[in-house]
Amino acid sequence: MRRIYLDNNATTPVAPEVFEAMKPYFLDDFGNASSIHWYGQRAKAALELSRERVARLLNARPSEIAFTSGGTESDNAALVGIVEASRSEKKHVITTTIEHSAVLHTAKALEKRGVRVTYVPVSASGIVDPSEVEKAIGADTVLISVMHSNNELGTIQPLDEIGRIARERDIYFHTDAVQSAGKVPVDVEKLGVDLLSLSAHKLHGPKGVGALYIRRGTVLRPLLYGGHHERDHRPGTENVPGIVGLGKAAEQAAEHGTNDAERVGALRDRLEEGILKSIPLTSVIGDRSRRVPGTTNISFEYIEGEGFVIAMDLRGIACSTGAACSSGSLEPSHVLTAIGRREQARTSIRFSLGRFNTSEDIDDTLEVLPRVVEQLRSLSPHYKKSAIAV
Amino acid sequence: MDSSLAAALLAENNSSAASNGSPRVVGMTMQLWNQRRLPALLGLEEGETPARASGRCCSLDDVYDARRVATFLGLPYYVVNFEDRFEQDVVRPFVESYLAGETPIPCSQCNTEIKFAQFIETALKIGADAVATGHYARVRRDDESGRYRLLAGRDPSKDQSYFLCGLTQEQLARTLFPLGEFTKDEVRAMARERNLPVAEKPDSQEICFVPTGNYRRFIDAYLSEQGKRVESEGGEIVSTDGRVLGRHQGLENYTVGQRKGLGFATGTPLYVIGLDPARHQVVVGSNQELLKSRLRVRDVNWIRPVGEGESLAAHVKIRNKHLPAPARVEAGENAEAQVEFSSPQRAITPGQAAVFYDGEEVVGGGWISQVLD
Repeated sequence: MRRIYLDNNATTPVAPEVFEAMKPYFLDDFGNASSIHWYGQRAKAALELSRERVARLLNARPSEIAFTSGGTESDNAALVGIVEASRSEKKHVITTTIEHSAVLHTAKALEKRGVRVTYVPVSASGIVDPSEVEKAIGADTVLISVMHSNNELGTIQPLDEIGRIARERDIYFHTDAVQSAGKVPVDVEKLGVDLLSLSAHKLHGPKGVGALYIRRGTVLRPLLYGGHHERDHRPGTENVPGIVGLGKAAEQAAEHGTNDAERVGALRDRLEEGILKSIPLTSVIGDRSRRVPGTTNISFEYIEGEGFVIAMDLRGIACSTGAACSSGSLEPSHVLTAIGRREQARTSIRFSLGRFNTSEDIDDTLEVLPRVVEQLRSLSPHYKKSAIAV
Repeated sequence: MDSSLAAALLAENNSSAASNGSPRVVGMTMQLWNQRRLPALLGLEEGETPARASGRCCSLDDVYDARRVATFLGLPYYVVNFEDRFEQDVVRPFVESYLAGETPIPCSQCNTEIKFAQFIETALKIGADAVATGHYARVRRDDESGRYRLLAGRDPSKDQSYFLCGLTQEQLARTLFPLGEFTKDEVRAMARERNLPVAEKPDSQEICFVPTGNYRRFIDAYLSEQGKRVESEGGEIVSTDGRVLGRHQGLENYTVGQRKGLGFATGTPLYVIGLDPARHQVVVGSNQELLKSRLRVRDVNWIRPVGEGESLAAHVKIRNKHLPAPARVEAGENAEAQVEFSSPQRAITPGQAAVFYDGEEVVGGGWISQVLD
């Protein structure tokens, strides 16, 4: 059975070039990057080359990049780090209702420690209104954290405007760019961010490695204590093969990012239009004009997402009902709830495309999809009732 | 372990994939109840995670084990979430039934409402033809009439047909019980032979969503979570001739036939004879008074076609460990039935299932609604 992977927002396959670049750092160049000797120097050189490559992708300085274990750690390090380092007596953090759990649950934990948190609502199309962020600012606000693009909808947030506001008010500004880095241009200067999280495995790098951009002069309290690695931001012997993979993935993304984006965007649009045209009672959720190229979130009325994903998987097509992290939970997606689409949370399916998807993948998916939807709907008591009513 | 071997037997008989490349056997676990939901029951604070809550459905360990078996057998495996339906159709009726002075069996309710209803629906939706479980029971299709028959499992000590009396013809048509022809010992031996990772796993015993086995604490915790009364409503303990002997702490603490825990001592042993929800009374009496012959059954499901007003001789089973006893069953209107045993039976308990057997075949069954004098 031919398999088609349309869940690139959950994770992406490691690119062959990335895998090749990593290989030597398991067997031959296995050194500890802190060691004085030749082995250590080989590892250190690789580490610093990766730092340059990641910095270039973000238009940052290499010294502003700290490697972490991934997006979740970067988000935690940014939020907790800023709050803990702040000397203010009262602390206030502003974020949004559609953030990834790595930000939302960190914010919740900070609330338990006495930090005031404002969760700014977003529009029905999944976009934050910068003036709402501005309104939420108080004298005690120490950090604003707004994601670059949403993992479930793909909607890109107006960070440059929020960045300007943050700068005017002299408030630290963090963005979770895990779903954007490598897919659309992410320039820390243009965005005006002080902190930015990214994860290697979302851009064809390996799992378990990520980075946090920390603008020069930003004061952070580290999450972990240990040696003086990563300029005291992140102790622990560096994951050299992983970091090399991240560096290579970042280099590749910087090189053919625009090409990828155009091609993947065209495939996504074809899939989306094909579905809307051939299957009744479907609609796209989220602002279609402001999205990362690979993502679409579609509501299929009268289907139940869980069964749909299984039925598709048994036919070789991988997609998801939303964030992979929330699989198995019955809670409707907090993102769809936040944009007033709670009712569609159970009928909505996320397809996320990536560099390795082909035109044939879309043809095959569009052939299988209507049959799966029909099969599910024909067994739905509600659908039958509505069909009779019509 | 039982469902794992059932999957193994099916997979062996269907080793090749379908013509379109889809697998023929798929492993699935129903997520029915979140064990972390009532943390107080496990002695945990809000937000803490239990290190281990094993031996029951839906614990993370069970999902882990099931996944391990599926991997071992090379089957795709999915967890489907029916928590909402389970709460609505099983847990809430379970609690309400206790509060109304009954002693419910949620497993039968779950089979009828969830396992062989919602679960079959999901299975059909994903393209399956039938659902197989590890129950010890057998389904036969009668070629002449086209009807399905439900038979007890071959192993009388493990037979689970009692819990399946609510299955309809449509449900039976979509059901496979691969273990029905085997004894528990044979099943365990076959699991060992195949090196199934769960071959040595003990059977689950308790009601799956009551993690401690203490259903009274569960009812209290559930009610307080729902913002309902936490304290049970107390009442009188009376003798069968109406004398007040003491007080009780809520009907849900008692079940028919219970001897211990009445809270006072008398010269002769006293047993709970009945619970009267209207008067909030626990009625106690002698062992002799526990013996009754007639009962009413509600929500009867007839697996064999039996018409209103029909009267039949059957062996009737009134609780899981009860040996079916000869009786006359009269099918009434509104899916009710009346049962009269040839000789009195001990502790007939409202809320339990009454299942009518003709030899090893289940003719039908329902819920005991009333015990008659």
